[in-house]
Amino acid sequence: MTATTNAPPARKRSHGDSTAPPGKRRNLGDLKVAMIFIAPATLGFVVFYIWPTLRGAYLSFTEYSLLSAPKFNGLANYERMVQDSFFWNALGVTVEYVVINIGVQTVLAVGIAMLMYRLTKSITVRAIILAPYLVANVVVALVWYWMLDVQVGVVQTFLGWVGIDPVAFFGDSHWAIPTVAGINVWRHMGYTALLVFAGLQTIPKYVYEAAEVDGSTEWKTFWRITLPLLRPVLVMVLVVTMIGSFQIFDTVAVTTQGGPINATRVIYYYIYERAFTRFDFGYASAMALVLFAILAVVSLLQLRLLRAKESDLA
Amino acid sequence: MRRDVSVGRTVAWILLFVLLIVTLFPFYWMLRTAFSDNTQLPGHPDSLLPVESTLGAFKRVLGLASIEEAQAQGGSGAAVNFWLYLRNSLVVATITTVCQVFFSAMAAYAFARLRWPGRDKVFALFLAALMVPPIFTTLPNFVLIKNLGLLNSFAGIILPGAFMTPFAIFFLRQFFLSINRELEEAAMIDGAGHRRIFFGLIIPMSAAPIATLAILTYINSWNDYFWPLLVGQQENVRVLTVALGVFRSQTPQGGPDWAGLMAATLIAALPMIILFLAFAKRITNSIGFSGIK
Repeated sequence: MTATTNAPPARKRSHGDSTAPPGKRRNLGDLKVAMIFIAPATLGFVVFYIWPTLRGAYLSFTEYSLLSAPKFNGLANYERMVQDSFFWNALGVTVEYVVINIGVQTVLAVGIAMLMYRLTKSITVRAIILAPYLVANVVVALVWYWMLDVQVGVVQTFLGWVGIDPVAFFGDSHWAIPTVAGINVWRHMGYTALLVFAGLQTIPKYVYEAAEVDGSTEWKTFWRITLPLLRPVLVMVLVVTMIGSFQIFDTVAVTTQGGPINATRVIYYYIYERAFTRFDFGYASAMALVLFAILAVVSLLQLRLLRAKESDLA
Repeated sequence: MRRDVSVGRTVAWILLFVLLIVTLFPFYWMLRTAFSDNTQLPGHPDSLLPVESTLGAFKRVLGLASIEEAQAQGGSGAAVNFWLYLRNSLVVATITTVCQVFFSAMAAYAFARLRWPGRDKVFALFLAALMVPPIFTTLPNFVLIKNLGLLNSFAGIILPGAFMTPFAIFFLRQFFLSINRELEEAAMIDGAGHRRIFFGLIIPMSAAPIATLAILTYINSWNDYFWPLLVGQQENVRVLTVALGVFRSQTPQGGPDWAGLMAATLIAALPMIILFLAFAKRITNSIGFSGIK
């Protein structure tokens, strides 16, 4: 190949079909073949992604009970939302959940990743800590529901050993959200740790060697070198885990179902209830749109504030 | 100084060991409870071994025990058949995975290896769909599936995920891009069309990432709860996760059938645990490497 070949090599194939004029074919490239290859995916994309996105936005301005056609009602759903104390409660509960879940999970994940980085590269250790992530949310929720049961749960036995009275983890409205958050930390911390672990391995060895020569302690090295260099990875991990965290549903649905007294009625669960037990589809769509907007703003803010793209290494 | 370091490492090893126990203990407790006699459980909350070990709980949830037998062992007596739900989960996860991975691979080929006007814009649009939270599209999709008369059918559960996900296309495109173009050109000189290049060259050369994606898709599909909960409530198409939710809400207050519940969760989790044990290395290595999923 010399520098003079500018034409796409795909042209070589073109002796097969002879109807289209050669000049035109070069402009369109492999369009014909490409259309065949992307046809199924495009069908699915238009029908189950694009169309419902547009329809969902429209439904949020309607009153729709599934029984008759949606009736346009302007901003009524949004005005109602502002005054709906259940909506604000759901938002508050969700934020509480996200803060506990993401806070604890991120700190633990960084800790676990550091432990693995310093101690072992064993694939067995990594596989074990990933295992909870591969089990269904529903299964994880039920196993912990049993282990935390206030009467016969094994965790109460452990608490008894250190002299703590049984705690109604799911029945006490103060404990319910931290409990649900903790269960999901258990499921996700290993997975998050592996993401951070992958990030740790991109930090070049010479940085650590230089720090050692300068007599830096491990503690100092962690705060002044590891953490700053890890920042781009951490930001991406935070954005993704936080978006996922806002969508907490399964655990609540099979354990507390929103209770006790609205303490765990997270936004996803409230939308679900509105849509599928009260058939209030228009209102549910409006809340889903607001959730969509919140997620978009949160991720943009995180990316901006934490200057995701710049690495301190450069 | 040296002694200091070794003390630090010992503490670190202990922490890691504690972590592994915390991770594994719930799995063990699930097993221990599933093999216990439910009526005896409250009396021995701290027994590390199964209490009065029995297969009764499994018989109960697989519909093999008579109602009297089930109730004698602390079951609710309601008819449950996890064989059926196991079959349903297998059908849903298998068809979803095969279709989704295949169609996504086709699209990824068009985005990675073909040249056509507007390609990068269309790809960006596909990727943008990653930003939309699932619940937002789920509501209209439910209306669509309902209007098509597909509620409580396998088609209704499978269709939305059968054609593509933005992540799958993105993931495969990355690998297809890295394949050497000269191989493709050589095949073209030999007269191979795009179909032969796709099936005979690209797919075999990407067998490893395709397998990884397929395993992850299978696990996600198996574990999915929200969508099958909405469109697959009826017994004949109910998948394991939905069945577990139903089984849990049927348990009587006061004396739940914990042994039965744990036997059922074990049945739901076991296929994924086996899949994981078989492909642990591949799955573990794909995390972080494939970026984020």
